[in-house]
Amino acid sequence: MAEILRLRDDAPIHAPLFSIDDFLAEPAARAVRIEAGEDVTQIFPHLGRIDLVEIAFPRFRDGRGFSSARLLREAGYVGELRAAGDVLVDLIAFMRRCGFDAFAPDAPLDGDDVANALNRFPYAYQHASDAAVPIWKLRHG
Amino acid sequence: MYRYDQYDQAMVDARVAEFRDQVARRLAGKMNDDQFKPLRLKNGLYLQLHAYMLRIAIPYGTLNSGQMRTLAHIARRYDKGYGHFTTRQNIQFNWIKLAEAPDILADLARVEMHAIQTSGESIRNISADPYAGAAADEICDPRPWAELLRQATSFHPEFSYLPRKFKIAVIAAEVDRAALRWHDCALRIVTNAAGEQGFEVYAGGGMGRTPMIAFKIRDFLPAGQIFSYLQAILRVWNLHARRDNIHKQRMKILVHTLGEDAFRTEVEAAFTHILTLGSDFPAAEYDRIAAHFTPPPFDADAPDDMDLSDPDFARWVARQVVAHKMPGYAIVNISLKPVGGIPGDVSADQMDAIADIAQKYSFDDLRSAYTQNLVLPHVRKADLFAVWQALKAINLVDTNRDQITDIIACPGLDYCSLANARSIPLAQKIAQRFADPAVGDDIGDLNIKISGCINACGHHHAGHIGILGVDRKGIENYQLLLGGSGAEDISAAKITGPGFDEDGVVDALERAVNAYRAQRTPGERFIDTYRRVGMDGFKEAIYG
Repeated sequence: MAEILRLRDDAPIHAPLFSIDDFLAEPAARAVRIEAGEDVTQIFPHLGRIDLVEIAFPRFRDGRGFSSARLLREAGYVGELRAAGDVLVDLIAFMRRCGFDAFAPDAPLDGDDVANALNRFPYAYQHASDAAVPIWKLRHG
Repeated sequence: MYRYDQYDQAMVDARVAEFRDQVARRLAGKMNDDQFKPLRLKNGLYLQLHAYMLRIAIPYGTLNSGQMRTLAHIARRYDKGYGHFTTRQNIQFNWIKLAEAPDILADLARVEMHAIQTSGESIRNISADPYAGAAADEICDPRPWAELLRQATSFHPEFSYLPRKFKIAVIAAEVDRAALRWHDCALRIVTNAAGEQGFEVYAGGGMGRTPMIAFKIRDFLPAGQIFSYLQAILRVWNLHARRDNIHKQRMKILVHTLGEDAFRTEVEAAFTHILTLGSDFPAAEYDRIAAHFTPPPFDADAPDDMDLSDPDFARWVARQVVAHKMPGYAIVNISLKPVGGIPGDVSADQMDAIADIAQKYSFDDLRSAYTQNLVLPHVRKADLFAVWQALKAINLVDTNRDQITDIIACPGLDYCSLANARSIPLAQKIAQRFADPAVGDDIGDLNIKISGCINACGHHHAGHIGILGVDRKGIENYQLLLGGSGAEDISAAKITGPGFDEDGVVDALERAVNAYRAQRTPGERFIDTYRRVGMDGFKEAIYG
């Protein structure tokens, strides 16, 4: 696996990743990996003890992880949210808006390409799980 | 019509720059076509049989003359001098070079147009009633909501890698001129008992290989909550759809699998949650958008009568012109179905001339319809003769609206890499067979819709008579279908029986039409007779 690209200021987390079932059975577990298609709401009762959630993108076309990420952020999760797998540079900006703040791509990403992708769009039309102010709000102050 | 402000322009300009970068990376070999494909598709660029095809969005089917002239420019500069209006109110150019695609997007951006999300597994261009803002029967102009949703669904971070494409339509009349419930999400603006505007919401429609008519998921949704509700629908589908078989990933399949009630329960639960996030656009933003759609400065004294002494003009008025909400004005339908022509095709010179006519006679307003025709929405009745003469000069005065030669046809095997059979030559043969206007008048309203493959871009499921081209052991074969509708009397057509070759299907269609003429009661359309007598009343005539 390539290097993990992290957009957080806190210390990297090295806790072992558990599957949802193993996580639910292990009270000391602090990191969970969500496979595509798994129901992320299962871990909602335990968000307080989680430092890292990794969401799998088995194929870049499989966009389920975008909704899983938003559900987590909307439930109040503030820890690291990592997209892992077939994470292509052209997905990064959308992932960022859905609340991901770390990326573990199968193939390494070019740092300049990532920077370009993240800075490409000056505005956003809609509210999401990031700090962007929607255009409608900019229009009306 | 809606005009971009600095934010809209900045977003479209950023998209052009992004796509230029993506094309450069592809041409430099930094991406393979598998990785590039979803990116180009999000910009409407398909790789077809002979070249790239670019599909340009015409949001809710509304254009101004400057935009039409830019389409003419694109036809001349980057294509072979023509364009093709589609069944989703968009326009396609069939002979595009990849390296030039970013330049085309830049030209479009200069007139506030784009190709964003016109293909790929994304929220597509939103279609609407082509008579919006002009129709005598609408309760309001549906386009402000369509524009609001265009913005809300553009570059949506959660819904840019959906299981499949997602199509939305918005209308505000009882009469359906948008094939409403054939969409994944269909919205009809209604007024409730308290006098408030809201949406009737339908979900799970679609054509393709599994035709399904959208079911009513909500009787009344307060208008201001539409984006939350739409996101709830999308989230339920995005999370629960299959991802293992591209033919079973449209939302209609999930609706069918879960059942309407279970799907509704999931959506309502998601909606309750999403409502709390504050993502709906505020009333002030709706008002800002709606201000762009205020009626043009109609002349309240415009005369209502006109001179119909020229019989050709009178026939054109009777067939192509329909009632406007304002006295003294009319809605003009421009047929893009000349006998022997290609349905929906317009040359660059015709585009320029239509732009001039729209500018001079229709408050600079022009519409595309899913029937692959154009509409001048606001013409003074006193100007109709001049408009007719101007259209005559560019050979666009065919008088066949909703008749047997007003055929919808996809590009088919002449262009499309998905097609199994040709659609265009078949449409031409049928039109030639029934070219006599008197025959067309006698047959009356009859919608023929032809698709060159199971993907159904030619809406064959929704044709009074549908034709589906299939590949049968390497030979083009055509199935005949009867009984579909894309109007408010929506229904899915049924296959008559074994297929035919190209000439055979034209003969079979003629036998079906003759069976209708033999069995109809006064005032009955083809579809009415079919519904009354059923397939059995036609089958023997077709197969003998």
